[in-house]
Amino acid sequence: MSDLTLNTPAAASPEAVSRSAPLSQVGLLGWARANLFSGWLNTAVTLVLAYLLIRWIVGFAEWGIVNAIWSVPDNQTQACRDLKGTGACWAVIAEKHRFILFGTYPFEEHWRPALCVLLFIGLYVVSAMRRFWRPVLGLIWAVVLTLIGVLMWGGVAGLSYVPQERWGGLVITLILATFGLAFAFPLAILVALGRRSKLPAIKALCVLYVELIRGVPLISLLFMASVMFPLFLPEGMNIDKLLRAQIAIILFAGAYLAEVVRGGLQALPKGQYEAADALGLSYWQKTGFIILPQALRMVIPPLVNTFIGFFKDTSLVLIIGIFDLLTAGKTAIIEPAWQGFGIEVYITVGAIYFVFCFAMSKYSQNLEAELNRHRRR
Amino acid sequence: MQPFGPSLTRALSIAALGIGLALPLAAKAQAPAGAANTLDAVRARGSLICGVNTGLAGFAQPDSQGVWRGFDADYCRAVAAAIFGDPNKVRFVPTTAQVRFTALQSGEVDMLARNTTWTLSRDTSLGLDFTATNFYDGQGFMVKASAGVKSAKELEGATICVQPGTTTEQNLTDWARANRIRFTPVVIERLEELLSAYVSGRCDAYTTDVSGLAATRSAQQRPADHLILPDIISKEPLALGVRQGDARFADITRWVHFLLLSAEEFGITQANVDQMANDPRPEVQRILGKNGGLGEMLGLQNGWAVNVLKAVGNYGELFQRHLVPLGIQRGPNALWTQGGLQFSPPFR
Repeated sequence: MSDLTLNTPAAASPEAVSRSAPLSQVGLLGWARANLFSGWLNTAVTLVLAYLLIRWIVGFAEWGIVNAIWSVPDNQTQACRDLKGTGACWAVIAEKHRFILFGTYPFEEHWRPALCVLLFIGLYVVSAMRRFWRPVLGLIWAVVLTLIGVLMWGGVAGLSYVPQERWGGLVITLILATFGLAFAFPLAILVALGRRSKLPAIKALCVLYVELIRGVPLISLLFMASVMFPLFLPEGMNIDKLLRAQIAIILFAGAYLAEVVRGGLQALPKGQYEAADALGLSYWQKTGFIILPQALRMVIPPLVNTFIGFFKDTSLVLIIGIFDLLTAGKTAIIEPAWQGFGIEVYITVGAIYFVFCFAMSKYSQNLEAELNRHRRR
Repeated sequence: MQPFGPSLTRALSIAALGIGLALPLAAKAQAPAGAANTLDAVRARGSLICGVNTGLAGFAQPDSQGVWRGFDADYCRAVAAAIFGDPNKVRFVPTTAQVRFTALQSGEVDMLARNTTWTLSRDTSLGLDFTATNFYDGQGFMVKASAGVKSAKELEGATICVQPGTTTEQNLTDWARANRIRFTPVVIERLEELLSAYVSGRCDAYTTDVSGLAATRSAQQRPADHLILPDIISKEPLALGVRQGDARFADITRWVHFLLLSAEEFGITQANVDQMANDPRPEVQRILGKNGGLGEMLGLQNGWAVNVLKAVGNYGELFQRHLVPLGIQRGPNALWTQGGLQFSPPFR
């Protein structure tokens, strides 16, 4: 800011040679003075917090890096136990990382779920880039998701067949979250539109759906899908456990997202609807060209909020015996040799969740800023 | 600017369609496993589907390579070996305590080897039959050795760590009332927190099934600092389960268990099963299918016993391999000849 005074025509007279602002006013020092040490109270608070922060960081570094044990020879964890909690035992991650990431998937076939995880990430990156926001994106999704299915199941092209109950780890979390939101989002838009419909039957149906689903916790939906639903099916008929959980998650996410989308629809000025009608557009033209683009743009923050929530909610499938990322992490430390190293495992799993959720959150911030550029004054 | 223009809407709808096309792949129904004849269904499918615990040290837990290991897991392998001659023709389905019975009833799994306590109400009202008790468990107490407590009766006035909502809590209350012992329960839902409460000294004793106590004890920094009291306050016979009304399959699981017991009784092990074929004792001859045709009576091949024993070994070997390293003693699970409860009817 102080640079503005430099080289300006005002500095014509020799005495007025432009000088930089005092060091105590600019840069890091100036910022710290203005924000951290502006009064005796602020100074005291800053010092106390800085002390606590530094102590915590030093303690954590000591535990996590200095005193940590990175590997132990074949499951001999005595060295880790001798630390008595003064150092981390990252050996548990070295030993168990493949189980945490891929669960009980056959060990020699781990490249398949690994490739699937990369495909998922690639899919997210491509979908995030605006230059791919074309009809071909739909095709890309269909192809990649089919490819992921083929890779996971196998049974074709020389890949051995792997039944669903052996899938696990990160790839389950990504499958549940991606398929869940990919289906729930279109469903949510339809339900939101249906709730504002003038046709009483459709409206009632949508209201009923949303209220019924929102009225029960996700955990009870998952229980219904895994405990009650199979009893209603004819003897000998079985729908895959993962699929049942997936449908429960789609229905649940759909109801919540529908309310978010409806919020956007209602926030849109009535004039927009009337103008579209005045142009003589049909209902679907009006919705597709005028209403939804504006309504969805308005609800990006709550949408992403719900997405992030659901990404983490997928871990609830542990109650029906599906090994998602978190459950695989918990299961990894059941083996007696590795019991008691929960903190290391939870930190690792937490870091993986954080990377995904933080990426979503950052992306939505950029998207929001970009899409609302026209509103900025 | 039209960021959510028609192109994106179209992209979304095409994506939805594409995923919709991919979905039927996922909806593939499993091979039927009707209640009437599990054995035929298993044979037609080419593999046994076995419901196991989602993770219990020593009984069923995936190792670092994701392979299921443990006492119960080997029972699944033994049944698969009896049916197919191949212990690897088994699929493990992890089941939680809440979904295990439904999974069996609905045909999602063929049998349960999932440390399930055999009780009257479960046997009669849940659509399953218990076939054989493969592990006699019971609720016990663990205390710090330094406390000097030698019997549960001395726990008067103690604080006791217990998980809520389990039969464990119920048993504890019943036992305390029957023995006029006053105690303060420390009730914590999560096992890890419960254990740290015990280790840090918030409670004097920790109570759960003895097998669980032993597993916990072996994972402590110094196992010798903890003592499992000899008193057992409940009966927890952990049994194999099959769907109700399938006598043939129930017989198979029951006699696989008896085979493991008899093999131990007659000294047939994984290593010597081939030599034992020449053993002159008539019962050994019948067990190993040399004569008597017992395998065919079960609907299996006569060599079934050899396959099972080669695959997993006898009961004693299973116990030695999976439970002894956790510090679990044979106790009531010793053979009847050694004062235990494990007894096999004769093979004839």
